[in-house]
Amino acid sequence: MRLKVWRYASPPAFYRLAGNLAPWFLGLATLLAAAGLYIGFFVAPTDFQQGESYRIIFVHVPAAWMSMFLYIVMAFWCVIGLVFNTRSSFMMALALAPTGAMFTFIALWTGALWGKPTWGTWWVWDARLTSELILLFLYIGFLSLHAAIDDTRRADRSAALLALVGVINVPIIYFSVQWWSTLHQGASVSLTRAPTMAATMLVGMLIMSLAAWMYAIGVSLLRVRTIMLERESDADWVRELKAEQL
Amino acid sequence: MSWGSSEAFFAMGGYALYVWGSYSVAAACILTELWLLRRRRRTLERALSRRNGDRGSDRASGKT
Repeated sequence: MRLKVWRYASPPAFYRLAGNLAPWFLGLATLLAAAGLYIGFFVAPTDFQQGESYRIIFVHVPAAWMSMFLYIVMAFWCVIGLVFNTRSSFMMALALAPTGAMFTFIALWTGALWGKPTWGTWWVWDARLTSELILLFLYIGFLSLHAAIDDTRRADRSAALLALVGVINVPIIYFSVQWWSTLHQGASVSLTRAPTMAATMLVGMLIMSLAAWMYAIGVSLLRVRTIMLERESDADWVRELKAEQL
Repeated sequence: MSWGSSEAFFAMGGYALYVWGSYSVAAACILTELWLLRRRRRTLERALSRRNGDRGSDRASGKT
């Protein structure tokens, strides 16, 4: 029983597991997004200060949370890969990076479109916005460094080191609104205080965050399958796959 | 939350550009990611099935 989880460190077992799970996560993401958008646009009231512009929150906050969370998960797989030398771990990290970069871009883009009507500017070089931009560069740097090194094992380990050094940026993003004076508001939701928003707004935002989370898992599992086939195309287990099992 | 009319909904209280600009680009990003992944997958599947197919015919004709 204790050893069972290690079975999935082997690519063929993980490949099948990922293929079985991915559709469930993507289906769940679709349902949650539909519910979250319905609450966000048809249940949550108009904000008394920001009018309807605040409705950007339902995509901005989930994207920003996922951008940080996925980086942590990516770094976690890098540590596992470096310590235990498991091939699947590095592949998992590599599969997460594009989705993390996409969520970071969405957070920055929607933040700019929210900043213009509420702050009067698309962009400021303050701590929160700049550190989130650095996060985007870290994701891109991770992928670029990996792509630049031909030897897969060296690419895995070098990119993993870069990812680990970059982890320091995540708490900087999160606490930037407390540590420095910034245009960006403080956290609306925290574990230590009551949320500073209407209940339906909060529910919509949390459901959208769950949707983003399920989407990230689903799409990463699909990508890790592709990465496995690309890397192990000469392995017996890939050669034995029939067309319908791919 | 009642919008009254679909015009009012799409106008978003004067913030249409910002709200719909956010949601449309987010949706485009997700669709692009899924499309790129599908394309990568299809390319790989074609390469693998071509190779596995070749191997199969080699074996059938006794060339291996």
